[in-house]
Amino acid sequence: MLKDKDRIFTNIYGLHDPFLAGARARGDWDGTKEILERGRDKIIDEMKASGLRGRGGAGFGTGLKWSFMPKEIGARPHYLVVNADEGEPGTCKDREILRHEPHKLVEGCLIASFAMGAHAAYIYVRGEFFRETQALQRAVDEAYDNGLIGKNACGTGWDFDLYVHRGAGAYICGEETALIESLEGKKGQPRLKPPFPANSGLYGCPTTVNNVESIAVAPEILRRGGAWFAGIGRPNNTGTKLFNISGHVNHPCTVEEEMSIPLRELVERHAGGVRGGWDNLLAIIPGGASVPVLPKSICDSVLMDFDSLREVRSGLGTAAVMVMDKSTDIVAAIACLSHFYKHESCGQCTPCREGTGWMARMMTRMVAGDASTREIDLLEQVTRQVEGHTICALGDAAAWPIQGLIRHFRPELERRIELAKARAPRAAAE
Amino acid sequence: MSTTAGSAPVETGPFAFTADNMRLAQAIIAKYPSGRQASAVMPLLDLAQRQHANWLPRAAMDYVAELLDMPAIRVYEVATFYTMYNTKPVGRHHVQICTNLPCWLRGSEQIVSACEKATGTVLGETSKDGMFTLSHAECLGACVNAPMMQINDDYYEDLDETSAASIVSELKLGHTPKTGSQIGRKTCEPAGGLTSLTEPTKGRGA
Repeated sequence: MLKDKDRIFTNIYGLHDPFLAGARARGDWDGTKEILERGRDKIIDEMKASGLRGRGGAGFGTGLKWSFMPKEIGARPHYLVVNADEGEPGTCKDREILRHEPHKLVEGCLIASFAMGAHAAYIYVRGEFFRETQALQRAVDEAYDNGLIGKNACGTGWDFDLYVHRGAGAYICGEETALIESLEGKKGQPRLKPPFPANSGLYGCPTTVNNVESIAVAPEILRRGGAWFAGIGRPNNTGTKLFNISGHVNHPCTVEEEMSIPLRELVERHAGGVRGGWDNLLAIIPGGASVPVLPKSICDSVLMDFDSLREVRSGLGTAAVMVMDKSTDIVAAIACLSHFYKHESCGQCTPCREGTGWMARMMTRMVAGDASTREIDLLEQVTRQVEGHTICALGDAAAWPIQGLIRHFRPELERRIELAKARAPRAAAE
Repeated sequence: MSTTAGSAPVETGPFAFTADNMRLAQAIIAKYPSGRQASAVMPLLDLAQRQHANWLPRAAMDYVAELLDMPAIRVYEVATFYTMYNTKPVGRHHVQICTNLPCWLRGSEQIVSACEKATGTVLGETSKDGMFTLSHAECLGACVNAPMMQINDDYYEDLDETSAASIVSELKLGHTPKTGSQIGRKTCEPAGGLTSLTEPTKGRGA
């Protein structure tokens, strides 16, 4: 178990002052000038050494991502864009950073922007987080007023402007190129890559998009050293991580734990265990709505990290753990997600626009058992035709929960179909 | 798309920002590089909506288009793409109940029923007195505080049927209900007592 002294987010519950005086007392903005004076290369090397992998879901190395920005600032300015469009079902970690630890994010924005040669950064916050945006804006204003950002930030000679931009309700804007489109004042429809944002992003300029948590942990990593962070968790899965534990647990909560903590230990130690005990567990979705569900047998032993969850054909995603006990209608649960993806498809790519609707309708029938067993295979086949055939990963995200359901709960789907047939033999006849 | 988007726009009179809102609008536009003022379209539509009883008439979209020197169609696209823009009138209190998985697992269906009963309207509709519009929402990002709902700018969390109904009743009476968790916890800590951050916090910078 992670010790409190190794926790980065010491005010994640908002029990103390979130703003400048409180943040400084917790160690934020300590030696920021010295960090910047190390220079771009040393900062990026230290981030690489920490092994930090992006906390938004894809898990790409943060230091490596920063290094993709052009070394010299040419005619086009560089931008950092922070993705605070938190909307992956089950996920509510960035919200707590925005409202309770905003200075970690602001300081991280300065350091990350400096490391990639950006004099300006935008934080794109989901529109529904109105109060969270107010808290963040207050922290940004405090940082300006105290010379921490703005002209000659922290007395380093580096000019840095930070702007907060509110979205207006569209899950797809969490996809980095859709977010950039939205920030430019358009519908949030993902762009084809390449070109990648590091080459041509916001306003056609070199841009890096990072998740809130990735940026907010950077100052502490640079203060304590990459080796400290790399010493927590397992190789390739290092550091501390915010976990959200929701659903059928006794005490749903957010907690910062070490990466690679066993799933069962995470649930039992921090969330008060599964309602009715571990043996009452049916299944867990371990990393936000987009990753495949895991049955209890796998949950018994899996570790909460990128590699361990990939080995069991799921994923760490945003580390949003959704727990379902034996009272859950698992087919209806996945159908709920299918309807979500149908609602949130931006409509740009045909396989996703048509496929999410088709899959959602099919899932509605599967809930009632109003289908033939052949259609389970057909459904599986259609998910494969959506997956990997769209500009962005929303198509994949819509396909994976259904694939997970069929992989682990096929007998349940078949049982319903048999039951429905027995009830109305003629209606279910093929 | 939201339940309030997509239908034919309701026609109204002309729209213009108040002097205060015009100052705010100029400050928003200044956040983006010159020539990139289209970036301000979302915050400006939000501002217009706040000025206009929480919904956007076509006249407001046209006004924002002109202010930002954008083709009107580009503004309509934005106004209809994002769920938070209401393109037809909504009640004074827009009650949006999250029905996504984490809330559903903890009884969002009962919250919907309780709110329908308390407001006297049904999902997707506005009450006759214009006080409440009831909508379902996709994940609002407060999943460890499920079930929850958003009313205008505020979140109400850790709901049950009783607390959801009483929030509606308080709003009816013109009171300001307590926001956030309704079961007495501060925010997202485990309700059973802290399992981390129990040692006194020490500033490393001190």
